[in-house]
Amino acid sequence: MRDLEHIAQGRSINEVMATIPYVAFLGITFEPVGDELLAKLAFTQHLIGNPVLPALHGGVIGGFLETAAIVHVTRESKSRVLPKTIDITIDYLRSGRPLDTYARATITKHGRRIANVQVIAWQDDPAKPIAAAHGHFLLEPLSARATC
Amino acid sequence: MTGDTKQRLTLLRDMLIEHVPHAKALGLEVVAAEAGMCRMKVAYAPHLVGNPDTGVVHGGVITSMLDNACGVAVQMALGEPTSIATLDLRIDYMRPAAPRRDIIGEARCYKVTRSIAFVRGVAFQDDVENPVATCVGAFMLAANRATSPSVQARAQARAALDADEASAGAKD
Repeated sequence: MRDLEHIAQGRSINEVMATIPYVAFLGITFEPVGDELLAKLAFTQHLIGNPVLPALHGGVIGGFLETAAIVHVTRESKSRVLPKTIDITIDYLRSGRPLDTYARATITKHGRRIANVQVIAWQDDPAKPIAAAHGHFLLEPLSARATC
Repeated sequence: MTGDTKQRLTLLRDMLIEHVPHAKALGLEVVAAEAGMCRMKVAYAPHLVGNPDTGVVHGGVITSMLDNACGVAVQMALGEPTSIATLDLRIDYMRPAAPRRDIIGEARCYKVTRSIAFVRGVAFQDDVENPVATCVGAFMLAANRATSPSVQARAQARAALDADEASAGAKD
Protein backbone atom coordinates (compact mmCIF):
# COMPACT_ATOMS: atom_id res chain seq x y z
CA MET A 1 0.00 0.00 0.00
CA ARG A 2 1.50 3.28 -1.09
CA ASP A 3 0.52 5.07 2.13
CA LEU A 4 2.89 2.88 4.10
CA GLU A 5 5.72 4.83 2.54
CA HIS A 6 4.53 7.81 4.52
CA ILE A 7 5.25 5.99 7.78
CA ALA A 8 8.89 5.88 6.76
CA GLN A 9 8.62 9.59 5.98
CA GLY A 10 7.50 10.27 9.53
CA ARG A 11 3.77 10.54 8.93
CA SER A 12 1.79 9.44 11.94
CA ILE A 13 0.55 5.89 11.87
CA ASN A 14 -2.93 7.11 12.80
CA GLU A 15 -3.06 9.39 9.77
CA VAL A 16 -2.18 6.44 7.57
CA MET A 17 -4.65 4.12 9.31
CA ALA A 18 -7.43 6.69 8.94
CA THR A 19 -7.15 6.22 5.17
CA ILE A 20 -8.18 2.56 5.53
CA PRO A 21 -11.99 2.66 5.53
CA TYR A 22 -12.62 -0.50 7.62
CA VAL A 23 -10.07 0.56 10.26
CA ALA A 24 -11.79 3.96 10.53
CA PHE A 25 -15.21 2.27 10.59
CA LEU A 26 -14.23 0.11 13.59
CA GLY A 27 -12.48 3.07 15.26
CA ILE A 28 -9.00 1.62 15.65
CA THR A 29 -6.13 3.94 16.58
CA PHE A 30 -2.56 3.37 17.76
CA GLU A 31 -0.75 4.82 20.76
CA PRO A 32 3.00 4.56 21.26
CA VAL A 33 3.78 3.30 24.77
CA GLY A 34 7.53 3.21 25.31
CA ASP A 35 8.97 1.20 22.42
CA GLU A 36 5.66 -0.52 21.83
CA LEU A 37 2.62 0.34 19.82
CA LEU A 38 -0.68 -0.18 21.59
CA ALA A 39 -3.77 -0.70 19.44
CA LYS A 40 -6.99 0.84 20.72
CA LEU A 41 -10.55 0.05 19.71
CA ALA A 42 -12.81 2.86 20.90
CA PHE A 43 -16.22 1.58 21.92
CA THR A 44 -19.18 2.55 19.78
CA GLN A 45 -22.67 1.10 19.68
CA HIS A 46 -22.30 -0.39 16.19
CA LEU A 47 -19.61 -2.81 17.47
CA ILE A 48 -22.15 -4.71 19.57
CA GLY A 49 -22.93 -8.31 18.64
CA ASN A 50 -25.12 -9.26 21.61
CA PRO A 51 -27.23 -6.35 22.84
CA VAL A 52 -28.59 -8.26 25.85
CA LEU A 53 -25.29 -8.79 27.68
CA PRO A 54 -24.20 -6.43 25.98
CA ALA A 55 -21.06 -7.75 24.28
CA LEU A 56 -18.82 -6.80 21.37
CA HIS A 57 -19.29 -8.85 18.18
CA GLY A 58 -16.77 -11.70 17.93
CA GLY A 59 -15.92 -10.56 14.42
CA VAL A 60 -15.10 -7.07 15.69
CA ILE A 61 -12.61 -8.54 18.16
CA GLY A 62 -11.20 -10.72 15.37
CA GLY A 63 -10.88 -7.79 12.97
CA PHE A 64 -9.26 -5.66 15.68
CA LEU A 65 -6.69 -8.34 16.56
CA GLU A 66 -5.91 -8.94 12.88
CA THR A 67 -5.40 -5.21 12.29
CA ALA A 68 -3.16 -4.91 15.37
CA ALA A 69 -1.07 -7.83 14.08
CA ILE A 70 -0.80 -6.43 10.55
CA VAL A 71 0.30 -2.98 11.77
CA HIS A 72 2.83 -4.52 14.16
CA VAL A 73 4.33 -6.71 11.42
CA THR A 74 4.43 -3.75 9.00
CA ARG A 75 6.25 -1.64 11.57
CA GLU A 76 8.70 -4.35 12.63
CA SER A 77 9.56 -5.49 9.11
CA LYS A 78 9.68 -1.88 7.81
CA SER A 79 7.68 -3.16 4.88
CA ARG A 80 6.05 -0.91 2.32
CA VAL A 81 3.53 -3.55 1.43
CA LEU A 82 0.76 -4.60 3.81
CA PRO A 83 1.41 -8.19 4.92
CA LYS A 84 -1.32 -10.61 3.91
CA THR A 85 -3.07 -12.71 6.50
CA ILE A 86 -2.57 -16.41 5.75
CA ASP A 87 -4.47 -17.61 8.80
CA ILE A 88 -5.57 -16.33 12.18
CA THR A 89 -6.97 -18.23 15.16
CA ILE A 90 -8.91 -16.24 17.72
CA ASP A 91 -9.51 -17.60 21.21
CA TYR A 92 -12.35 -15.84 22.97
CA LEU A 93 -11.60 -15.73 26.70
CA ARG A 94 -14.21 -13.34 28.10
CA SER A 95 -17.08 -11.45 26.56
CA GLY A 96 -16.09 -8.02 25.30
CA ARG A 97 -17.98 -5.45 27.37
CA PRO A 98 -19.04 -2.07 25.97
CA LEU A 99 -15.69 -0.47 26.83
CA ASP A 100 -12.57 0.58 24.95
CA THR A 101 -10.39 -2.40 24.09
CA TYR A 102 -6.61 -2.53 23.80
CA ALA A 103 -4.30 -4.97 22.05
CA ARG A 104 -0.61 -5.70 21.96
CA ALA A 105 1.05 -7.84 19.29
CA THR A 106 4.32 -9.74 19.51
CA ILE A 107 6.18 -11.50 16.74
CA THR A 108 6.98 -15.06 17.78
CA LYS A 109 9.00 -15.73 14.66
CA HIS A 110 9.98 -13.35 11.89
CA GLY A 111 11.02 -15.39 8.88
CA ARG A 112 12.03 -14.19 5.45
CA ARG A 113 8.56 -14.53 3.99
CA ILE A 114 6.32 -15.36 6.91
CA ALA A 115 5.82 -13.86 10.35
CA ASN A 116 4.15 -15.74 13.20
CA VAL A 117 2.37 -13.25 15.43
CA GLN A 118 0.52 -13.39 18.74
CA VAL A 119 -1.94 -10.73 19.88
CA ILE A 120 -3.65 -10.22 23.23
CA ALA A 121 -6.66 -7.97 23.85
CA TRP A 122 -7.94 -6.60 27.14
CA GLN A 123 -10.24 -3.85 28.42
CA ASP A 124 -9.94 -2.23 31.85
CA ASP A 125 -7.60 -4.84 33.34
CA PRO A 126 -4.56 -6.07 31.35
CA ALA A 127 -4.46 -9.11 33.67
CA LYS A 128 -7.88 -10.18 32.37
CA PRO A 129 -7.52 -10.63 28.61
CA ILE A 130 -10.76 -10.90 26.62
CA ALA A 131 -9.18 -12.56 23.57
CA ALA A 132 -5.92 -13.97 22.29
CA ALA A 133 -5.02 -14.65 18.69
CA HIS A 134 -2.15 -16.10 16.73
CA GLY A 135 -1.66 -16.07 13.02
CA HIS A 136 0.68 -16.28 10.06
CA PHE A 137 1.30 -13.30 7.80
CA LEU A 138 2.87 -13.28 4.35
CA LEU A 139 5.46 -10.53 4.19
CA GLU A 140 5.99 -10.11 0.45
CA PRO A 141 3.86 -11.24 -2.45
CA LEU A 142 5.52 -14.08 -4.33
CA SER A 143 4.64 -12.57 -7.69
CA ALA A 144 2.58 -9.81 -9.26
CA ARG A 145 -0.19 -12.39 -9.72
CA ALA A 146 -0.51 -12.79 -5.97
CA THR A 147 -1.52 -9.16 -5.54
CA CYS A 148 -5.00 -8.67 -6.82
CA MET B 1 -38.96 -23.19 -0.95
CA THR B 2 -42.54 -22.40 -0.01
CA GLY B 3 -43.87 -18.91 0.53
CA ASP B 4 -44.06 -19.60 4.25
CA THR B 5 -40.41 -20.58 4.40
CA LYS B 6 -39.46 -17.37 2.63
CA GLN B 7 -41.49 -15.44 5.13
CA ARG B 8 -39.74 -17.13 8.04
CA LEU B 9 -36.35 -16.43 6.52
CA THR B 10 -37.35 -12.80 6.31
CA LEU B 11 -38.35 -12.93 9.97
CA LEU B 12 -35.04 -14.54 10.90
CA ARG B 13 -33.13 -11.98 8.88
CA ASP B 14 -35.04 -9.06 10.30
CA MET B 15 -34.55 -10.28 13.86
CA LEU B 16 -30.86 -10.88 13.29
CA ILE B 17 -30.16 -7.53 11.71
CA GLU B 18 -32.48 -5.69 14.08
CA HIS B 19 -30.87 -7.11 17.21
CA VAL B 20 -27.22 -7.30 16.22
CA PRO B 21 -25.98 -3.74 15.69
CA HIS B 22 -22.68 -4.82 14.15
CA ALA B 23 -24.40 -7.15 11.65
CA LYS B 24 -26.56 -4.22 10.65
CA ALA B 25 -23.56 -1.89 10.37
CA LEU B 26 -21.77 -4.37 8.08
CA GLY B 27 -24.88 -5.01 6.00
CA LEU B 28 -25.01 -8.75 6.77
CA GLU B 29 -28.00 -10.60 5.42
CA VAL B 30 -29.23 -14.17 6.02
CA VAL B 31 -30.00 -15.65 2.59
CA ALA B 32 -30.68 -19.25 3.64
CA ALA B 33 -31.00 -21.24 6.84
CA GLU B 34 -31.94 -24.82 7.59
CA ALA B 35 -31.18 -27.36 10.29
CA GLY B 36 -27.51 -26.85 11.20
CA MET B 37 -26.81 -24.51 8.29
CA CYS B 38 -26.76 -20.79 7.61
CA ARG B 39 -25.82 -18.87 4.49
CA MET B 40 -25.17 -15.14 4.75
CA LYS B 41 -24.26 -12.41 2.34
CA VAL B 42 -22.35 -9.17 2.73
CA ALA B 43 -22.75 -6.62 -0.03
CA TYR B 44 -19.65 -4.72 -1.11
CA ALA B 45 -19.54 -1.30 0.53
CA PRO B 46 -16.84 1.39 0.64
CA HIS B 47 -16.57 1.34 4.47
CA LEU B 48 -15.57 -2.35 4.43
CA VAL B 49 -12.41 -1.82 2.37
CA GLY B 50 -9.13 -2.85 4.01
CA ASN B 51 -6.78 -1.78 1.24
CA PRO B 52 -7.74 1.48 -0.50
CA ASP B 53 -5.25 0.82 -3.32
CA THR B 54 -6.90 -2.42 -4.39
CA GLY B 55 -10.43 -1.96 -2.99
CA VAL B 56 -10.20 -5.41 -1.35
CA VAL B 57 -12.48 -5.90 1.68
CA HIS B 58 -10.73 -6.21 5.10
CA GLY B 59 -10.31 -9.68 6.58
CA GLY B 60 -12.25 -8.55 9.64
CA VAL B 61 -15.41 -8.35 7.54
CA ILE B 62 -14.97 -12.02 6.55
CA THR B 63 -14.28 -12.92 10.19
CA SER B 64 -17.45 -11.13 11.33
CA MET B 65 -19.62 -12.74 8.67
CA LEU B 66 -18.24 -16.26 9.28
CA ASP B 67 -18.50 -15.86 13.08
CA ASN B 68 -22.08 -14.72 12.70
CA ALA B 69 -23.00 -17.44 10.18
CA CYS B 70 -21.40 -20.09 12.43
CA GLY B 71 -23.43 -18.81 15.39
CA VAL B 72 -26.69 -18.99 13.45
CA ALA B 73 -25.76 -22.48 12.14
CA VAL B 74 -25.29 -23.61 15.76
CA GLN B 75 -28.66 -22.13 16.74
CA MET B 76 -30.24 -23.89 13.76
CA ALA B 77 -28.72 -27.19 14.94
CA LEU B 78 -29.99 -26.88 18.50
CA GLY B 79 -33.34 -28.23 19.53
CA GLU B 80 -34.21 -25.34 21.79
CA PRO B 81 -32.96 -21.76 22.09
CA THR B 82 -29.69 -21.70 24.00
CA SER B 83 -27.24 -18.91 24.64
CA ILE B 84 -23.95 -19.58 22.86
CA ALA B 85 -20.49 -18.03 22.83
CA THR B 86 -17.62 -18.42 20.37
CA LEU B 87 -14.76 -20.31 22.03
CA ASP B 88 -12.41 -20.09 19.09
CA LEU B 89 -12.44 -19.43 15.40
CA ARG B 90 -9.69 -20.08 12.88
CA ILE B 91 -9.83 -18.34 9.52
CA ASP B 92 -7.70 -19.40 6.55
CA TYR B 93 -7.48 -16.88 3.73
CA MET B 94 -7.15 -18.44 0.28
CA ARG B 95 -7.40 -15.35 -1.90
CA PRO B 96 -8.45 -11.70 -1.69
CA ALA B 97 -12.14 -11.12 -2.36
CA ALA B 98 -12.70 -9.48 -5.76
CA PRO B 99 -13.71 -5.83 -5.16
CA ARG B 100 -17.20 -4.50 -5.81
CA ARG B 101 -18.87 -7.89 -5.49
CA ASP B 102 -20.92 -9.58 -2.77
CA ILE B 103 -19.32 -12.20 -0.54
CA ILE B 104 -21.26 -15.27 0.60
CA GLY B 105 -20.53 -17.03 3.89
CA GLU B 106 -21.87 -20.50 4.53
CA ALA B 107 -21.52 -22.32 7.84
CA ARG B 108 -22.46 -25.82 8.96
CA CYS B 109 -22.65 -27.14 12.48
CA TYR B 110 -21.47 -30.74 12.12
CA LYS B 111 -21.43 -31.89 15.74
CA VAL B 112 -23.18 -30.87 18.92
CA THR B 113 -22.21 -32.30 22.30
CA ARG B 114 -23.67 -31.44 25.70
CA SER B 115 -21.42 -28.39 26.09
CA ILE B 116 -19.87 -27.67 22.71
CA ALA B 117 -20.95 -27.20 19.09
CA PHE B 118 -18.43 -27.66 16.27
CA VAL B 119 -18.74 -25.68 13.05
CA ARG B 120 -16.97 -25.06 9.80
CA GLY B 121 -17.62 -22.53 7.13
CA VAL B 122 -16.55 -21.09 3.83
CA ALA B 123 -16.60 -17.60 2.30
CA PHE B 124 -16.77 -17.35 -1.48
CA GLN B 125 -18.03 -15.18 -4.33
CA ASP B 126 -19.17 -17.10 -7.43
CA ASP B 127 -17.80 -20.55 -6.85
CA VAL B 128 -17.75 -22.38 -3.51
CA GLU B 129 -14.87 -24.46 -4.94
CA ASN B 130 -12.75 -21.29 -5.21
CA PRO B 131 -13.13 -19.93 -1.68
CA VAL B 132 -11.99 -16.57 -0.36
CA ALA B 133 -11.61 -18.10 3.10
CA THR B 134 -12.55 -21.13 5.17
CA CYS B 135 -13.08 -21.33 8.90
CA VAL B 136 -13.43 -23.83 11.70
CA GLY B 137 -14.64 -23.04 15.17
CA ALA B 138 -16.11 -24.22 18.45
CA PHE B 139 -18.99 -22.67 20.38
CA MET B 140 -19.80 -23.09 24.04
CA LEU B 141 -23.46 -23.89 24.75
CA ALA B 142 -25.44 -22.31 27.59
CA ALA B 143 -22.66 -19.77 27.76
CA ASN B 144 -24.46 -17.25 29.90
CA ARG B 145 -27.80 -16.58 31.48
CA ALA B 146 -28.84 -13.77 29.17
CA THR B 147 -30.37 -15.10 25.99
CA SER B 148 -30.04 -13.03 22.87
CA PRO B 149 -33.44 -11.83 21.61
CA SER B 150 -32.68 -13.28 18.20
CA VAL B 151 -32.39 -16.75 19.77
CA GLN B 152 -36.14 -16.97 20.13
CA ALA B 153 -36.67 -15.95 16.51
CA ARG B 154 -34.13 -18.51 15.32
CA ALA B 155 -35.84 -21.21 17.34
CA GLN B 156 -39.22 -20.27 15.89
CA ALA B 157 -37.84 -20.22 12.35
CA ARG B 158 -36.14 -23.57 12.96
CA ALA B 159 -39.37 -25.15 14.26
CA ALA B 160 -41.29 -23.72 11.31
CA LEU B 161 -38.69 -25.02 8.84
CA ASP B 162 -38.87 -28.48 10.43
CA ALA B 163 -42.63 -28.44 10.10
CA ASP B 164 -42.25 -27.30 6.50
CA GLU B 165 -39.83 -30.10 5.67
CA ALA B 166 -42.09 -32.63 7.36
CA SER B 167 -45.10 -31.53 5.34
CA ALA B 168 -43.01 -31.43 2.12
CA GLY B 169 -41.79 -34.96 2.94
CA ALA B 170 -45.38 -36.11 3.50
CA LYS B 171 -46.30 -34.91 0.01
CA ASP B 172 -43.44 -36.92 -1.61
